[in-house]
Amino acid sequence: MSSDNSGQLGFEAAISTRGSEPVADFAHKKTPLERLQHLLHETPWLAPLMVLIVSLIAFGILVGGRFFSGYALTLILQQVMITGIVGVAQTLVILTAGIDLSVGAIMVLSSVFVGQCVFSYGLPAPLALLLGFALGALVGFVNGILVARIKLPPFIVTLGMWQIVLAGNYLYSQNQTIGAADIQMQAPLLQFLGNTFSVGGATFTYGVVLMLGLVLLFAYVLRHTAWGRHLYAVGDDPEAAALAGVRVQRMLVAVYTLSGLICGIAGWALIGRIGAISPNSGQFENINSITATVIGGISLFGGRGSILGMIFGALIVGAFTLGLNMYGTDPQWTYLIIGALIIIAVAVDQWIRKAGV
Amino acid sequence: MEPILKARGLVKRYGRVTALDHCDFDLLPGEILAVIGDNGAGKSSLIKALSGAVQVDEGEIHLEGRRVHFSSPLDARGAGIETVYQTLAMSPGLSIADNMFMGRELRKPGLLGSVFRKLDHAEMQRIARQKLNDLGLMTIQNINQAVETLSGGQRQGVAVARAAAFGSKVIILDEPTAALGVKESRRVLELILDVKSRGIPIILISHNMPHVFEVADRVHVHRLGRRLCVINPRIHSMSDAVAYMTGAKVPDEDLADAPVAA
Repeated sequence: MSSDNSGQLGFEAAISTRGSEPVADFAHKKTPLERLQHLLHETPWLAPLMVLIVSLIAFGILVGGRFFSGYALTLILQQVMITGIVGVAQTLVILTAGIDLSVGAIMVLSSVFVGQCVFSYGLPAPLALLLGFALGALVGFVNGILVARIKLPPFIVTLGMWQIVLAGNYLYSQNQTIGAADIQMQAPLLQFLGNTFSVGGATFTYGVVLMLGLVLLFAYVLRHTAWGRHLYAVGDDPEAAALAGVRVQRMLVAVYTLSGLICGIAGWALIGRIGAISPNSGQFENINSITATVIGGISLFGGRGSILGMIFGALIVGAFTLGLNMYGTDPQWTYLIIGALIIIAVAVDQWIRKAGV
Repeated sequence: MEPILKARGLVKRYGRVTALDHCDFDLLPGEILAVIGDNGAGKSSLIKALSGAVQVDEGEIHLEGRRVHFSSPLDARGAGIETVYQTLAMSPGLSIADNMFMGRELRKPGLLGSVFRKLDHAEMQRIARQKLNDLGLMTIQNINQAVETLSGGQRQGVAVARAAAFGSKVIILDEPTAALGVKESRRVLELILDVKSRGIPIILISHNMPHVFEVADRVHVHRLGRRLCVINPRIHSMSDAVAYMTGAKVPDEDLADAPVAA
């Protein structure tokens, strides 16, 4: 270190005493509110978890003991299964500061295509499923290319793709439904994720296990792999990420493709959930998945949030839907409260972003 | 002395705009070379070419006498050239440790790392803390603190520490004091001299003439997309430099394209 600290300008000499003003002084006193802000900044899934616990307790008091039955609680899990799986795809895209409005449509397309593969083309069920996943990934890949290479806004790309896939799906399937009985007879594998098993009085479907598995898998990938850290960096500031050596375009294409693939898998879960294959099913999953993601504390501006938050967000919606249903009120209250929660969640996100700045 | 980093005849065009017009460049071992020039003179393009962020249309870059081609900042980094961009190129929402290791993360040894691609967070945090310590930037309580919770000077400190930690051959600093207050600027200048004392040559791009003339060994004056001259800050005054930079004064013949100052 140079011992000559006197600057070219005399006034700088006054502050040149080394060490008196360290550049990196990280200690400063915090009020309890700032501590909370900081805590939420570091652990973004904490807020939705608290909301989930509070709402579960509230419904337990309102509805009584039957709300806490294994049946009711696992019913919530089963009802959020599709939203949870699609929410994983939505979370990955939103973390890159994008949005995917085509998730629900890709899911339905995939399920219809799997059905056609088995019932029109006579392919074996496992192969049909793989082709369905691949179709989902392909649509996602096209989204990714349009967003990353052609540099179109994700909102517009996926808005268009939503309509294209939905309409294409009706044209392709000629609006035909494949009945549950036919599937059960010819290709029971397609309904596998709807099958149930019991653990100590609670009933789970394999689809719920798949959902939880996907959430845990991506919680690990996002937190503990370089790819996950790069995904956050791309959503946070793509230019900075590129300068730091992250291949931003490749990352975006990978994320949208992965989103499509997960929606393809969700198509399988959808068949399990409703038993049949119908081009009319699951159309609002894009909105549902965005709702779960936002209530789960994942920032729409990208780069912030945890996938665990998304699943808590989905469970909050599930708890309100079932709780208010069991309480016997008009289901419109559910939508009203969920709407308010969305706005509150975004407001909290804005507040957390100001932490320490 | 043989330049450690040398460029000859760099050309970069953006449509009809020529940002670099047959530009030459020389950095000697162990020196601080300042690059000055008016806005739009092509300083940024030069730096981006040297750091791999843009690819030139023509010209050659040599590092330690060997010709190099950088197709991305990763390539340049792999070759030992670290750049601290004016924007700092840090992800505000990620931690100090995450940012320091962005793009060169360490994985756990054994199966966890090779099969499950698990990052070694503990080791990265240890190294990050140690590197900040080495540069006297310690008093850090939480290396997992998000970068956006740091002040401008702290962020600059972390960015310089990142470059110093990994830049084995050359460190490029783009306007390191532009966004800082007087006190923080002074601290960053000390940091620059500290890095130099470790024997790593530094390219310093700055608009701040007092800062340039305080720390630089030589000053590369950039004008109209190319090197106009290289001056010795102990012989020439700041007003000379500004006059060359703006075209108010034409440098003597012997200064033009001189690789080494007197």
